[in-house]
Amino acid sequence: MSKGARAGLVMVAFAAAIGIILFGVFGYLRSSPPVVSAVPSATQPNTVNVTMQVDGAVGVGPHPTWVGYWIQGANGQYKQTTLLKVPVNTYVHVKLYEYDSGGPLRNPYWGKEIGTAGNVIVVNGQPVSLVNSYAGNGVAHNFDVPGLGVNVALPGVNGNAKNFCNVGPCNPSEAHNLIQFTFYSGKTVHNYRWQCFIPCGLGYLTGNGGPMQSLGYMAGFVQVVK
Amino acid sequence: MAIDMSQSTGVGQSGGAGGSSAARWFARGNIFTATLFGAGGWFFGHWWGNVIAGHYTSVQNSGTNDVSWLLGAIFAVVAWFIGLGALNHPIAKLWGGEAPMAEKKQKYSIMEYFSYSTDHKVVGIQYLFAMLMYFFVAGLLALGIRTELLSPTYHIWGPDTYIEIVGEHGTMMMMMMTSIIMGPFGNFLVPLMIGSKRMAFPRLEAASFWFTVPAFFFLLSALWQGGFQSGWTGYAPLSIQGGVGQDAYLFSFTLMALSMLAASTNMVATIINYRAPGMRWSRLSVLTWGMITTAFTMILSVPVLIDGLYVMGMDRAVQTSMLYGQHGGSPFLWENLFWFFGHPEVYLLALPGFAITTEILPVFARKPVFALKTSIAGMIGVATLSFFVWQHHLFNSGMNPDMRPLFMLSTELISIPTGFLYLVGMGTVWRGRLRFNVPMLFMLAVFFNFLWGGITGVYNSDVPVDALIHGSFFVMAHFHFTIMGQLMFAVFGAIYYYTPLFFGIKLSEKLGKIHFWTMFVAFNSTFLPLFIVGWLGQPRRVFEYAARLQTLNQWVSISAYVLGLSLAFFVVTFIWQLVVTRPKSEPNPWDSRGLEWQVGIPVPKDNFDRIPVILSSPYEYGNPNAGPMADLSPTVASVGSDA
Amino acid sequence: MALKTSEESGSPAAIARKHGSRIVAIWFILSLIIDLVVWFVWGPHMPPGDMTTTAAGQQFDFKVLTVMSVPVLLMVWVYGAYVIINFRDRGDHADGYYVKGNRKSQGLWYAATAVLVLFLAGFGTYELVVPAGAGVGEGPSPIWKPASTAHMLQVQVIAQQWRFTYRWPQFGGMETTSLVLPVNTEIQFNVTSLDVIHDFWAYQLGVKADANPEDNNVAYTKTQQTGRFVVRCDELCGIWHGAMYNYGNVVSQNAFYQWATNMEAQNASLTKLLPKYSTVYVPNDNVAGGQYFNG
Repeated sequence: MSKGARAGLVMVAFAAAIGIILFGVFGYLRSSPPVVSAVPSATQPNTVNVTMQVDGAVGVGPHPTWVGYWIQGANGQYKQTTLLKVPVNTYVHVKLYEYDSGGPLRNPYWGKEIGTAGNVIVVNGQPVSLVNSYAGNGVAHNFDVPGLGVNVALPGVNGNAKNFCNVGPCNPSEAHNLIQFTFYSGKTVHNYRWQCFIPCGLGYLTGNGGPMQSLGYMAGFVQVVK
Repeated sequence: MAIDMSQSTGVGQSGGAGGSSAARWFARGNIFTATLFGAGGWFFGHWWGNVIAGHYTSVQNSGTNDVSWLLGAIFAVVAWFIGLGALNHPIAKLWGGEAPMAEKKQKYSIMEYFSYSTDHKVVGIQYLFAMLMYFFVAGLLALGIRTELLSPTYHIWGPDTYIEIVGEHGTMMMMMMTSIIMGPFGNFLVPLMIGSKRMAFPRLEAASFWFTVPAFFFLLSALWQGGFQSGWTGYAPLSIQGGVGQDAYLFSFTLMALSMLAASTNMVATIINYRAPGMRWSRLSVLTWGMITTAFTMILSVPVLIDGLYVMGMDRAVQTSMLYGQHGGSPFLWENLFWFFGHPEVYLLALPGFAITTEILPVFARKPVFALKTSIAGMIGVATLSFFVWQHHLFNSGMNPDMRPLFMLSTELISIPTGFLYLVGMGTVWRGRLRFNVPMLFMLAVFFNFLWGGITGVYNSDVPVDALIHGSFFVMAHFHFTIMGQLMFAVFGAIYYYTPLFFGIKLSEKLGKIHFWTMFVAFNSTFLPLFIVGWLGQPRRVFEYAARLQTLNQWVSISAYVLGLSLAFFVVTFIWQLVVTRPKSEPNPWDSRGLEWQVGIPVPKDNFDRIPVILSSPYEYGNPNAGPMADLSPTVASVGSDA
Repeated sequence: MALKTSEESGSPAAIARKHGSRIVAIWFILSLIIDLVVWFVWGPHMPPGDMTTTAAGQQFDFKVLTVMSVPVLLMVWVYGAYVIINFRDRGDHADGYYVKGNRKSQGLWYAATAVLVLFLAGFGTYELVVPAGAGVGEGPSPIWKPASTAHMLQVQVIAQQWRFTYRWPQFGGMETTSLVLPVNTEIQFNVTSLDVIHDFWAYQLGVKADANPEDNNVAYTKTQQTGRFVVRCDELCGIWHGAMYNYGNVVSQNAFYQWATNMEAQNASLTKLLPKYSTVYVPNDNVAGGQYFNG
């Protein structure tokens, strides 16, 4: 092989290597679930409304059996995501449709509603400040944002309900609890992580693998922005 | 000494052009047939695993099947080796035949570097490129980590992706470092240094290399299977909790462990049995001493890792519950098994670095190795003590508090033999005539860098101070100084030093010096501030940290980019000179006395026409009465007089 | 400093004395200056401060080790710089001075490193045993305890993926997410985990102990100053390991009792739901409330 041909070959190889690296970074590693932005209306500058649902099984994508959150976008469509963007210094009114059955918490402490307005949540019209996960329908999931001091325990629906939803996004004709609460987004611009405490990563040791450790299922960020 | 003087009758030499070596390359097996077979094995194993375990409760709930993943991987690797032609010889033996090894050649076609070669010089070069591939891919992942840490709050990667990158970087580096000296330099140089035409177990040697290839790809594949959250240490129960990416971790680590066992078995047998007449233990080169102590350490520690990974695999796939509680298991079991391997391991990364530094230093100091026996005693001392220090990783674990003073003592004792490296190095340069060629610069940098690593190692071993710095960036900076600062600088020095022998080319001194100085400055600028970062309270493997540490972290990240650019500069200049410009080297460009430099460039296919007779030590620089190290064409009489 | 003549004359011993005395002089003066600076100027400001006895102990040990490391570092640097300047190839491609060992310098080296290492091991052991384990987790049955355990505050640290909570057996077994401690008080931390291995690292308190599932890990300290401290998880525990931290405060004893009794009353209904206080917990996923998903 001539020197020129060898030089060409080397340059092609370098270009290919750079191409593979760029593809790996931007095509795969940088991918993340979509972000849903909550925007205040003109009449009420310091409040936003967010509608979410949490499903027993998202039913779609690479892990259809995993539990997961959906957040309603501006056009009313649910997106399977756990990334929520809200403005600073804002009261976030959350309306959450909970379609999953419940169970016991590994630490019953997290049955307490903390950091919401009045330290209560409203479940199907009834105020609730503490859920005993060892009784009744237990706790289905948590919406726990440590950085904002928020822990919301979401009571589960009856495990023997007839019309369970198994493929998300679910619709209100299926068994669910309607849960409403308000939390304050604080004064600091920050990405606040949130998680769940119910061992809902079924099939994983202590129920904390799989969806519990994956963005877009049971782990996410509340992005507080200017 | 019982040396077979007529090695030309040994395995592989008698076959000539007969047997499988006559077949075309595609029939003998190579990387393409192996990949094809491996893919088939994967699909078969995967299917079978689904048949067996598809109905397990854990599989149905989680939607992931560890049994089918592991079976797929096992079948893939077995089929990979069949595709490489690794089983041709044993099967022929079973049928009563004799399939000789392919004959060695003076010059190989490119294709032969992609096949199951039993020529130790080919295996050395295969290893060199494979291990550099590991190093650079894992290095890119490190830049990914540093990019995330530019900001304490803004996230480039998702937190799950970040942990995957951290674990992938650590595991890939730790797997590679075990073999980056023994693989390329041990395999290529040991027969040349001991005056042998071949290795004791060339097929084992070939196997040791070909385990590292699937290990790399399986490990990398974890990234697109959800990764593993547990880092390279794989602490249970976190490692039991993870998804199939964790199977990729344990499986590829197992493959690497098998590779280490194969390579070290071959190394021990070769060094003990294949020394030329007159190659007394006192005349053995320091690199060879380093290889045999490292190989013994591997043989004794690596099986513990394989056991541990097997237990982890069983716990994950069929819930044997040995590494987590409630059914009799204990997470302490993994911590002990892992570090019982892991601590000898980090020393068996350091030993070859010491060895190659002590090997190259006298050539450029123009003096004998100072206190040669002390340097060997130091290596043996480090290797021995390394089995008695593992619990210093567990000072905070709550395990055996009454044993802490003992492990503190044993850990601090190991700094005595480690300090011998400095005694030997400082004695060797005393009143020398130092030549500052590129390899020498790297060797001097080894002493500078390792000093930071060694001294901060004493901080880590002191239990009260360890309470402050355990699990922080301080520890991380410590082992990057001992491993990258010592071993990788030794490796790059060795690459500059041995390219004439490996490829017949001499790399440019000017480009080499640019590479050295940028790498040396950027390396220290990257890792020295990390001691402070850890001391000020930043734990390892975090993606959020205190805002007051941002300036330091940004400094480190930018230095890391410069370090990355310096290494990229090496890659480009190295490949360019190797493939395009090919600056030809004279036969012994460094005026070395070492036997490996006396055979000429390129190295003859059988290394030596006749087995040489060794007459003196390889390090007699400055001795006016020193004759040559060996008689390369001995007569019967000269053999008799010395052997 | 560089030698004028290219060839040295005299016996090897005389040459060694000449070079050696210069190296030793430079080394000694530099070491002395830097060590004094480390001890008196830098030392009092070293992390992690002295909010507790164990933090102060770690600061003291770090200072001692640094004072001992400086001469070792300088020995190699001064020697290395001297050698690089003086013993380089002078363009004649000659070989160096032929010597393969020196009994005296080797013996001195072995003795010096052995003495240094044995001193460090003895010092470390003393500093571990006397301050009751130096703030390190000592497992379920600690062997090094504070002299007086009469007025010790018990704090249980419960780690789980991915938050710490704290239980207070002396305050009705209540549980909190915040960690408030009284000043001038002996404290016993009982650290445990509900799932994987975590590590309780209260940085300014000088306390570090792994949180192991189904195991208790005890660490002692004594607060001596008020202030804010950070608690971080220090063993990799999964996706949110990097975000598993919170802040605590050491406050006056009165303020602490006010806070604690207040929290106890506030959390009374919640405390009833908690399992009975114990050093370890085995969460049960199969109780009333049942399966959380039966699809």
